Amino acid sequence: MELYKKSAAELSALIKNKSCSVEEATKSVMDRITQVENKVDAYITICEQDALTKAREVDEKIAKGEELHPLAGIPIGIKDNISTKGILTSSASKMLSNYIPPYNATVIDKINSAHMIITGKTNLDEFAMGSTTETSYYKPTKNPHNLAKTPGGSSGGSAAAVSAGQAVLSLGSDTGGSIRTPAAFCGVVGLKPTYGAVSRFGLIALASSLDQIGPIGRTVTDVAMLYSLICGHDNMDATTKNIKHGDYAKNLSSDIRNISIGIPTEYFNLDLNDEVRDSITKAIKKYEELGCNIKEISLSSNEYALPTYQIISAAEASSNLGRYDGVKFGYRSSDYANLNEMYVNTRSEAFGDEVKSRILLGTFALSAQGYNDYYYKAKLMQQQISSEFTEAFNECDAILTPTTLTSAFDLGTDAIGDADSCTVAANLAGLPAINLPCGLDSDSMPIGMQIIGKKFDEQTILNIAFAYENACGIVNMPEIV
Amino acid sequence: MNDYEIVVGLEVHAELSTESKMYCNCKNEFGLEVNTRVCPICMALPGALPTLNKTAVDYAVMMGHALNCKINSVSKQDRKNYFYPDLPKAYQISQAEVPVCEDGHLDIVVDGEVRSIGITRIHIEEDAGKLLHDDSFDGSLVDCNRGGVPLIEIVSEPDIRSSAEAKAFLDMIKLTLQYLDISDCKMQEGSIRCDVNVSVRKKGQKEFGTRCEMKNVNSFSAAVRGIEYEAKRQIELIEAGGTIEQETRRWDDVKGESITLRTKEDAHDYRYFPEPDLLTIVIPDEKIAELKKRLPELPSKKMLHYMIDLGISQTEAMLLVESDDKSKMFDECESLGATPNAVLNWVLGDISKYMNESGKSIFDTHLTSEKLCELISLIEAKTISNAAGRVVFEELLQRDIDIKTIIEEKGLAQISDKDALLEIARKVIEDNAQSVADYNNGKTNALGYLVGQCMKASKGKANPSMMKELILSLIE
Repeated sequence: MELYKKSAAELSALIKNKSCSVEEATKSVMDRITQVENKVDAYITICEQDALTKAREVDEKIAKGEELHPLAGIPIGIKDNISTKGILTSSASKMLSNYIPPYNATVIDKINSAHMIITGKTNLDEFAMGSTTETSYYKPTKNPHNLAKTPGGSSGGSAAAVSAGQAVLSLGSDTGGSIRTPAAFCGVVGLKPTYGAVSRFGLIALASSLDQIGPIGRTVTDVAMLYSLICGHDNMDATTKNIKHGDYAKNLSSDIRNISIGIPTEYFNLDLNDEVRDSITKAIKKYEELGCNIKEISLSSNEYALPTYQIISAAEASSNLGRYDGVKFGYRSSDYANLNEMYVNTRSEAFGDEVKSRILLGTFALSAQGYNDYYYKAKLMQQQISSEFTEAFNECDAILTPTTLTSAFDLGTDAIGDADSCTVAANLAGLPAINLPCGLDSDSMPIGMQIIGKKFDEQTILNIAFAYENACGIVNMPEIV
Repeated sequence: MNDYEIVVGLEVHAELSTESKMYCNCKNEFGLEVNTRVCPICMALPGALPTLNKTAVDYAVMMGHALNCKINSVSKQDRKNYFYPDLPKAYQISQAEVPVCEDGHLDIVVDGEVRSIGITRIHIEEDAGKLLHDDSFDGSLVDCNRGGVPLIEIVSEPDIRSSAEAKAFLDMIKLTLQYLDISDCKMQEGSIRCDVNVSVRKKGQKEFGTRCEMKNVNSFSAAVRGIEYEAKRQIELIEAGGTIEQETRRWDDVKGESITLRTKEDAHDYRYFPEPDLLTIVIPDEKIAELKKRLPELPSKKMLHYMIDLGISQTEAMLLVESDDKSKMFDECESLGATPNAVLNWVLGDISKYMNESGKSIFDTHLTSEKLCELISLIEAKTISNAAGRVVFEELLQRDIDIKTIIEEKGLAQISDKDALLEIARKVIEDNAQSVADYNNGKTNALGYLVGQCMKASKGKANPSMMKELILSLIE
């Protein structure tokens, strides 16, 4: 039995009815990692021994008849910008290539208390800055559907691992599309929750007001299960909202009749690849068949979303990354004669080009010369974008767009600037958004659609995704060649 | 020099005595082993997030009430970005645009006149760590125990016109913090520090001169010296035909001089922006009102009462206000109708001496304000002498007993009976013929000796002024 191919829901049932042990499931996934990791490069750190030890512990608990969480024993990969006590957490940067956190992120505490099995730490763009994983200090991750192509980013390792069967579930983080873009490129489901739904405590910050941790899985149900586990108010993160969350997996419903789905014209005026356009159009037709009301809507400020995002995220990043100064932890240059040289050489040697350019941009955007023209205007535009969404949601329950303009492109492709043009608006407005696979292109590469919901209405977009998945199935796990 | 007016504005940083730090649960304690009161949050480990200590906000609001400020029910926190090894996050969380409190004033009395000093704002922020330098190691080490300790920064308007006013203002800020019990106010531990802005202008001139900011002013007396030095420097420069450049200077209190730290051109660009990890601070109106009710009677009000209403000198008024016990005893006696001067003498004399020597509060003894008032009126009525009064006072410290009983027990009642006094006088004159002769030969101080002998013979009970008159009538 190839347990690594099972969904979390299936594995959970197998474990519960004792058709397999947690150790067997874990071993299957670890073996799959051994088999394909040298091709996919999804992981920075693989925790094989810890995973197997933990798996046996969970089996003992099951043997004793303990009542465990449905996700107990399910192997999960963790994006390497989420703090794991005692395990290297590098954020794919040379700067943190020796940093082992003394504490766990809140989401890791939750995963541990549910007795999930951490398989390892997955690759990403350095400090989550990028859409391809190519800015990683370690290596680029390859797309399991075609090893010459990017898996997308920045959570490329997390999406590729799930897509290739190197993890059943994974955690990513999404600041401007970093869960949805790689999910789309790798043919998996990825949810960027509402800002404030999941604790960011322990997530190495890119842009604090936009970052959100979210689940990646092969099915909507799996994503809903993991989201139900990680969401909720946290005293350690002042920006989490104290609202009541239900069990999103138990509440999944594929009856979406009379749900109204908005289709924003502006997204379809973008430079959209024809095959992507066709796939999305077909998906819209499918939703009509499923009984949804399809409405054309307008989000006219979307053309400003990307520059707005670039300024706000770079501004916050320039401040968030100030702490990497060589004083307390992480990399320190060995070449300096005074304090200033220590700062300059440490940061020059240990940050990659993408990080440096964003720090420069962000520093300028917040400077006395730049603040009014850039940061302040971007914040105004952010409000405008937000309020357009609020208006749009008076007319519809959810909004459907492509996730990306194209399917995955070749590694080494330079023109990646627009990769986030469909995804950043949801971050700017703090809205939940999910990527759902909606077919393959002529090269057998996955295409994804994005469903954006109202704040804290993850259930609706999960249901919309669930109905489509029930009707059209999931993407087959690729052969890794 | 006399043609110029000094203009001073102050920024006072006070550490708040909350139990935990501003943004994490680490204990807010001074003097512990280095880096033992730290956690991922105040060490700025990747991914750690701040959460606001609400008590610090309450304290800031109380100080705002005490300084007659408008309290903002909605305020914001901002990041102030700069690199320094004692600042682990490379930004300090502070309040730039909208502070907790704005637009207040503090009344001080200088040279018998009330001066109202405007308060621009009070905002909350976090303290930095400390750099350690020592010969026993190379370079510098960082102690983060102080990092993240809550501070309030109190910014005054440029309303201060002399170093004496600056001193009175700082003293009153410190006293107010102590009255509110929101800061330890230990200067030697750096729990209050200030930055001083100084400019000068010709008397009568409306526009302010160019100001210089002085940092590293670690005591109030250093502030006085720094202001005087800086004003003199600026006046001399102007008189010599120079112009003042806006700059930040560093005060060296040991050398008694300030040096340029940075000019306007290389002033920091702190790149303030709203702190995205924290929510807007919202303080409900009921909470603002409730915090106002918590205020005790304020020291500035007391100073004004003592100095303006009662005419007590600045030094003495300060001695009263600085001590809860002394001002309480004084106020109680005053409200019972005792003569303020007599009470003041007791409070700043014997009571102060007792408290200093015993280290105890006067309210832990059996001396109540009622008894002190009774004692004062007995002395004023000449029922007992001053000397006897002291004996009664000593007894009242030790025993719960009424004054009449002490006077009886110890036979302290003053002798004002003329016959009894005459008898004593005659005996003394008889025994001291030489002194009598001396007096009659013009040595007037012999009289004092004779009265003294009478007092001694009466065991201190004789009414001294009656005694003196009687002696004179007998020997002249």
